[in-house]
Amino acid sequence: MSLLTRFIALLLVSGLVGAGTAAAQTVVGVTATEIKIGNTNPYSGPASAYGTIGKVIGAYFKKVNDEGGVNGRKINYITYDDQYSPPKTVEMVRRLVEQDQVALLFQTLGTPPNSAIHKYVNQQKVPHLFVATGATKWNDPQNFPWTMGYQPNYQTEGRLYAQYVLKNMPDAKVGILYQNDDYGKDYLKGFEDGMGEAGKKLIVMKQSYEVTDPTVDSQIVNLKNSGANVFFNITIPKFAVQAIKKANDIGWKPLHFLNNVSSSLGTVLKPAGLEASRGLITALYMKEITDPQWKNDKGFQDWVAFMKKYYPEGALDDQSNAFGYNVAMLMTQVLKQCGNDLSRENIMKQAANVKNFELPLLLPGIKINTSPTDFAPIEQEQLAKFDGEKWSLFGEVLDAYRK
Amino acid sequence: MDIFVQQVVSGLATGGIYASLALALVMIYQATDVVNFAQGEMAMFSTYLAWSMMQAGLPYWGTFLATVAIAFVGGLLIERIVIRPVENAPILTIVIVTLGLLVIFNSVAGWIYSYIQKPFPSPFPAKPIRIGNIVFGAHDLGAIGVTLVVLMLLFAFFRFTTLGLAMRAAAQNPVSSRLCGIRVSWMLGLGWGLAAAFGAIAGMMVAPVVFLDPNMMGGIQLYAFAAATVGGFSSPQGAVIGGLLVGVTENLVGTYVSFIGTELKLTVALAMIIIVLLVKPTGLFGRTIVRRV
Amino acid sequence: MATKTSPVEKAATRVETAAAAAAQPALAARPVGLVALAVVVAVAISLPFFMSGFRLFQFTQVLIYAIALLGLNMLTGYNGQFSLGHGAFYGIGAYTTAIMIDRWSIGYGWTIIAAGLVCLIVGFLFGRPALRLEGLYLALATFSLALAVPQILKYFEHWTGGSQGIVLSKPKAPFGLRLTEDQWLYYLTLAVTILLFVLAWNLLRGRVGRAIVAIRDNHIAAEAMGIDNALYKSVVFGVSAAYTGIAGALSAIAIAFVAPDSFNVFLSITLLTGIVIGGFATISGAIYGALFIQFVPNWAQDISKAAPWAIFGIFLIVFMYVMPRGIAGFLHLVWIRLTASAVSREKGR
Repeated sequence: MSLLTRFIALLLVSGLVGAGTAAAQTVVGVTATEIKIGNTNPYSGPASAYGTIGKVIGAYFKKVNDEGGVNGRKINYITYDDQYSPPKTVEMVRRLVEQDQVALLFQTLGTPPNSAIHKYVNQQKVPHLFVATGATKWNDPQNFPWTMGYQPNYQTEGRLYAQYVLKNMPDAKVGILYQNDDYGKDYLKGFEDGMGEAGKKLIVMKQSYEVTDPTVDSQIVNLKNSGANVFFNITIPKFAVQAIKKANDIGWKPLHFLNNVSSSLGTVLKPAGLEASRGLITALYMKEITDPQWKNDKGFQDWVAFMKKYYPEGALDDQSNAFGYNVAMLMTQVLKQCGNDLSRENIMKQAANVKNFELPLLLPGIKINTSPTDFAPIEQEQLAKFDGEKWSLFGEVLDAYRK
Repeated sequence: MDIFVQQVVSGLATGGIYASLALALVMIYQATDVVNFAQGEMAMFSTYLAWSMMQAGLPYWGTFLATVAIAFVGGLLIERIVIRPVENAPILTIVIVTLGLLVIFNSVAGWIYSYIQKPFPSPFPAKPIRIGNIVFGAHDLGAIGVTLVVLMLLFAFFRFTTLGLAMRAAAQNPVSSRLCGIRVSWMLGLGWGLAAAFGAIAGMMVAPVVFLDPNMMGGIQLYAFAAATVGGFSSPQGAVIGGLLVGVTENLVGTYVSFIGTELKLTVALAMIIIVLLVKPTGLFGRTIVRRV
Repeated sequence: MATKTSPVEKAATRVETAAAAAAQPALAARPVGLVALAVVVAVAISLPFFMSGFRLFQFTQVLIYAIALLGLNMLTGYNGQFSLGHGAFYGIGAYTTAIMIDRWSIGYGWTIIAAGLVCLIVGFLFGRPALRLEGLYLALATFSLALAVPQILKYFEHWTGGSQGIVLSKPKAPFGLRLTEDQWLYYLTLAVTILLFVLAWNLLRGRVGRAIVAIRDNHIAAEAMGIDNALYKSVVFGVSAAYTGIAGALSAIAIAFVAPDSFNVFLSITLLTGIVIGGFATISGAIYGALFIQFVPNWAQDISKAAPWAIFGIFLIVFMYVMPRGIAGFLHLVWIRLTASAVSREKGR
C-alpha cells in the first residue's frame, strides 16, 4: 500500500513539475549536430495534391545534409499529414512543438490550417516561417511577430490585374469566376479593391463554384451571356482547363486573366488547347517549369538534376516541386545566416533580415527582401501573355505593395 | 431563351456524368444490397489503367474493351477476396470495408500516378456541334449515348437472360435461390464485376471532361448518390433520369434563382432532393417494399 | 458456412448481438463490470498527472469523439435510423459556440448548453420529415445535409467569418484552480462525457431504450404495441443531434478555431466508421471507436508518408475481418468464451 501511495505521489510531483517547466526555452530543437524543423502537409484526403511540396522539401534537405548540412548541423525534417483539416493541424503542430520539440515550423500548408495554429505558435513563440498560403494575414509582424508568409499574396495579384484593366480597358465589362473558399475570395477581394469605385460599374457578373463540382460549364455559359468582355478566371488547374476550353467551345473570346495558381503551360494550357489559350494574361513570379523558354536555363537544369537524384518519383511537370525546392533553399539560407546562434529569437531575426536574395527558379529580377516590418518575402510579380508557345513577359517587374 | 436552352444542354451533359456512375451504384445495390463507397475510386483507377495502356500505344477502342474486361475481372476478384470474408457480417461492416477500399484506391493512385491532372482522350470529335446559338459538345452527346446503351444492355440483361434473373433472385431471396440451385455467392461476385465494368466505362467517359486525377471521382460520386436517390436505388432507368434531373436542376437554380446565385447552388439542389424524397420516399422510380410483420 | 443471409436475417442476427451486448452489464457478473468501470474512470481522472499537454489534448479529442459517437450510435445503432450526416450537427454545435463566444462574448460554459439545445431542435425538425425515409434513403438525405452545411457556413459570412472561420481563445481554469489550459479542458470534457454517458445509459437500458430498439427491429409491431413511432424516432434524432452538437461545441473550444473545412463530408464518414469499428448499438463502443478514429490515422502516417490513406484503409479492412461486430462485439465474444470455459471447467469438477 505504501508503495502505491509513493507511486501516486511521484506521479503527482512529476505532473506538477512537468507543468511548471513547460514554458518554451529560447533554444529548442538544436544540438551540436542537428536542427529539427517541423512541417505539416496534406498527404491524404482531398487536398493531397499539395503533399508533393512537403516531400520535395524533404528531398532538398536531404541534399543539404549530404553536402554537409548547415554550419555543420544536419537538418532533421519532421513532416506530418494533417489532411488539410484544421483540427488535425492543431494536433500535429502541437506534436511537433511539444513532443518533437522542433526549433521552428516551416511551410505548414493551407490557409485554414495555418489560421488554426496562428495564435498558438505566436503564444508559444515558435518561428512559423514561410507558410504555404497566399493569404495576406501572414504579413503582420506587429500582432504576430512569429509568423511569416512566403509567396506573393492573392490579393496583391488580384490588384495587379485590376490595375491593368483600369489602364487598358476603360470600357471593360468584367465577368469573374472564383472558387468559393478563402483562396477564391482573397483574389476576388484584391481585384475588387483594385478596381475601386469603377469596379461597381465594370464588374457585371460574379460566378462561384465548389471544389467538389464536376464542371464549371454552367458558370461559363452564364458569364458569356452577361456580355462580359474581360474574364478574370480564379480557378485551380483542373477547372482552369475546363474554363479555357469551354469558353473557346462556345465562342466567347474575352480578355482572359488567369490566376497564377493555374499558369502551368504543361498541365493547364496544353490540355486546354494552345490555340484556345493564346492571349491569356497571368502574373508570374516563378519560372514556369513546363515553359520551353527556360529549357536551357541554369536554374531549371539544376532543378531537374536535383529531382532526378533526390526525388525521382516526383513529377517534372508539377510546379509544386519547383515551389518547394525554392522555398527550402530560402530556409537553408536563413539557417546559414543564423550562424551558431540558433535560438528562436535569432532564427526569427534572420528570417526578417533577408536582403536581395535570389532563388534559381524565381523570374530574373525578382528578389527576396524581408525586414522587421516586412514579413512578405516575395512581393514582386510580372505580367505575361501567352503567345501560343510560351509565356512572354511584358512590362516591368511590378510591386503592388509599393503602390 | 438561348441561355435557358444552353443551360439545360450543359446540365444534361453534367447530368450524364452523374448518371453513368449512378448506374454502377444501382447495379451493385441491385445485385448485392450494398452501397459501394469505393465505386467512384474503382472507376478512377480503371481509367488510370486505360491511360497507361494508351501511353503504351494501344488504340482507343482496344483500350476501352481491355479496360472494361480488366475492371470486370478486378471487381469480381475484389468481391471474392476482400468482401467475401465479411459477407455474413452486418451491412454496415461491409460498407466500412468499401470505405477502406476507397481510401486505398485513392492513395495508391496518387502514389503511382501523382496528383497532376492528365488529359484523357475522347473517342468523339473535338469540334462542338452548333444549332443556331446553342452549342452541343460532341463528347457530351456521345457520353450520354454510351450511358443509354449501357442502360439498355443492363435492362435486357436483367429482363431477358437467365443469368440476370438468377442474379436478381440471389439478391432478393438468397435462401430460396440457393434451393433452386443458384450459386448465390458467385452471383454477388458477378454483381461486383459488372458494376466495376460500368464504373470503368463511366470513368472513361468522365475523364475527357473533368481530366484524370486521383480525386476526379470524389465530387462526382456525391452527385451520383444524389442521382440514384432521386431516381430510386432499385431502378437503373431511374438512376439515369435522376442524374439528368440533378444536373439540369442545379444549373437552372444557379442561373435563375438570383438571390442564391452559384454560392448556394449545391445546397438548393440537395434541398430539392430531400423534397423529392419526402414526396416519394423510395425515389421517383423506386419500388416500394412491402414488409411482413 | 459461407452462405449469404438475407437482409432480414442479417438484421435479426444484428439485433441478437446488440441485445446481448446491451444486456451485458446486467448479465455479465455485475461486480466485474463495475470494477472495470471504476478503473477506467480512475485512469481517466489521473491522466493529467502523468501526461504532457499534447497527449492530454489528444485524449480530450478522444472524449469529444466519444460523445459524438454515442449520439450517432443512439440513432443509428439503437434506433436503426442511418445517418451519414452527423458531421453537420457537429459543425452546427461548433459554430453555435464559436459565434456566441466571438460575437456576443457569452461564457463558454453556457455556449455548450446552447449548442446542445440548438442541435436538439435542428435534429428534431430534421428528424420529423425524415420519418418517411428508411435505411438507405435516410442515409443519403442526411448525407446531403453533411454536404450542404459547409456551403451554408460560407454563405452567411457575416456571422460565420466565411471561409476564414473564427479564431477563439482557449479558456483558462476558473475558480483559481491550478490547472493548465489543457488540464482544465480535459477535466471539463471528461465531466461532460461522464454526465452524458450516464444519461445515455439510463435512457437506453430502461423502458425508453426498449421502445427505441423495438422500433428498429420491427416498427410495425412496435406501433401495434402502442409505441408512438413518429414521436420516438424524431426525439431520438433530436437527442442524438444534441449529443453530437455538444461534442462539436467542445471541439470548437479545444481547437480554438472553427472553419468550414473542419466539417466536411469526411467528418461524417469518420463518425460512421467510429461506431461500426467501436461496436454497433453498444455504449462502450463509442469509446473504442473514438480511440480508433483519433489514433489509427496517426499510426498509419507513421508507417508511410507516401500513401498514409492506403495504410489506414488496410487497417480498416483488417479490423472488420477480425472483429466484424466491432471492438465491443469482439470483447463481448471473448468474455463469453472465457466465462463459458470457466463454467464448463467448474462443471467438470
